[in-house]
Amino acid sequence: MPPKPKLAVWKFASCDGCQLSLLDCEDELLAIADAVEIANFAEATRHFEPGPYDLSLVEGSITTPHDATRIREVRAQSRRLITIGACATAGGIQALRNFRDVREMASVVYASPQYIDTLATSTPISDHVKVDFELRGCPINKRQLLEVILAFLHRRKPLVSAESVCVECKLRGNVCVMTAHGTPCLGPVTHAGCGAICPAYDRGCHGCFGPKETPNTAALAAQWKTLGASPAEISRAFRSFNGYAEAFRIESLRHE
Amino acid sequence: MSPPSVQSILERDRLQDLFDVLHRRGYTVIGPTVRDRAIVCEALRAASDLPEGWEDVPEAGSYRLRRRPDKALFGFTVPTNSWKEWLHPKRLKLLGAGRDGEGNLHFTPGDDAEPPKLAFLGARSCELHAIAIQDRVFLGGTFVDPHYAKRRANVLIIATNCGRAGGTCFCVSMNTGPSVDGRRTPFDLSLTELLDDSGHRFLLEAGSQTGTALLDELPVREVTTRELRAARTLLDNTASQMGRSLETQGLAETMLQNLDHPRWQQVADRCLNCANCTMVCPTCFCTTVEDVTSLTGDHAERWRRWDSCFNLDFTWMHGGPARQSARSRYRQWLTHKLATWHEQFGSSGCVGCGRCISWCPVGIDLTEEARALRAP
Repeated sequence: MPPKPKLAVWKFASCDGCQLSLLDCEDELLAIADAVEIANFAEATRHFEPGPYDLSLVEGSITTPHDATRIREVRAQSRRLITIGACATAGGIQALRNFRDVREMASVVYASPQYIDTLATSTPISDHVKVDFELRGCPINKRQLLEVILAFLHRRKPLVSAESVCVECKLRGNVCVMTAHGTPCLGPVTHAGCGAICPAYDRGCHGCFGPKETPNTAALAAQWKTLGASPAEISRAFRSFNGYAEAFRIESLRHE
Repeated sequence: MSPPSVQSILERDRLQDLFDVLHRRGYTVIGPTVRDRAIVCEALRAASDLPEGWEDVPEAGSYRLRRRPDKALFGFTVPTNSWKEWLHPKRLKLLGAGRDGEGNLHFTPGDDAEPPKLAFLGARSCELHAIAIQDRVFLGGTFVDPHYAKRRANVLIIATNCGRAGGTCFCVSMNTGPSVDGRRTPFDLSLTELLDDSGHRFLLEAGSQTGTALLDELPVREVTTRELRAARTLLDNTASQMGRSLETQGLAETMLQNLDHPRWQQVADRCLNCANCTMVCPTCFCTTVEDVTSLTGDHAERWRRWDSCFNLDFTWMHGGPARQSARSRYRQWLTHKLATWHEQFGSSGCVGCGRCISWCPVGIDLTEEARALRAP
């Protein structure tokens, strides 16, 4: 039998929620452990196998000079590198610093800011190294994570659609909260993947999966205005977990 | 030859009898009900599930429910979802594949279960036309869709005449309503709701042998001339209330001669390419096929699910999507729906139900777009 592919999970600036999605694959976890050798996964085991790795899952954004060096080392040891979650693909909620002066903020937050060694920005992994696939979501969907691992194992394209959340709403049978209730919703510009959770519970989409393919954020923002949203509300809505993703960043700046 | 027309009156308080008769015959009744502040079609248990005293107010990019002054059950226009989801499922397993112990590949059938017997209660004239269009799409050509065929064969239709038109309705323009016409779109039973000083009742008309048999089992009485006249007046009123109109004369030619009209870019600037219009359209039928594999790699499944020409992957060929711009995708949808559909399937692809207008999050109105394309 050929050796099992080696899987490594890496953490940068993040909350760990995305990598925990892997442990969350409870029913499939043993099958995953059968299919791959879990060589580095600090949330699961202290056992650590040195590289190189066949597949690296990278969580978190780059926020320190040390991160920027370490991601290059990870890349150098990884045959395939897949980023998981909004932090790794868009900079995460911590990329709110990118719109402000980080030194000023550090001086307000920390008693001794001179010990803080941080970059001025929080940036996605793809700003630093080549990324083979970006899995979206805050947090990622465990079904999609499984699909990405499967696709890697079977050397096929992952079945992860970049269409809107609206399609998921319709497939789920949700009544559109924007048209039927007048609730501002980011669904029409947001990448599918969550299964349209928020609209199913009578709330507008928060855009956790970031911009969809060809998002028309300007047209959606204009409709939000018609529904009574203020410029500040529009700006804040676009500037959350995926606020530094290009389409959302530009739209949030337009209404600042 | 169509069976002789039989018309009778069923009183409101005996409507449950219709459900009972259908249930005894093994039908699941699919019909309108109120859910999440909208009229949606789903499986109904009893007549009490119907949206009593509610009506919808559909406008471009907006839909609201409001209370009616009366207790009409069919006082709304069309439900948010169309009937297509029961004939053309959102997701369908096409086949399974696996390897046995010796490594031999073998295939297993996909969804080959006998579809349930469904009674569509409340299908409007425009919706019957939409079903007729999908019949032509799925059953009319060289390649018949077996999944659609077996579902379609198990459906009983209780058509419902419209007592009111909504702000996004334009069936009169499309010659698809508001009154159901059994010669053009067959039904088993049709129903016209009458609600006046003389009471709350339904004018039922059989349109098939099954419909006649259903009537025989129901506690109906003879219809009066006055009631027939009331039903006629009601439908004439509805026809005069259309919230929208679409000039179809020469429309296909105009659209195809104006593929570079500046309007396409203007609408693309507003279009979210979110695919809502295609999902709610009762005639849009496009799907994609997706393969899934098991972790061990010894089992795979092929699934079909609804797709949309507004999605980039829809035209993905070697090297990337053919229709990258929103402009090209909107133009594809509208010219197919209103122009090239004629050539392909022998009619317009639009029945004037107005769903794409109401459920477009930014309220793009295809009647307005078609009008603008006529202007130089």
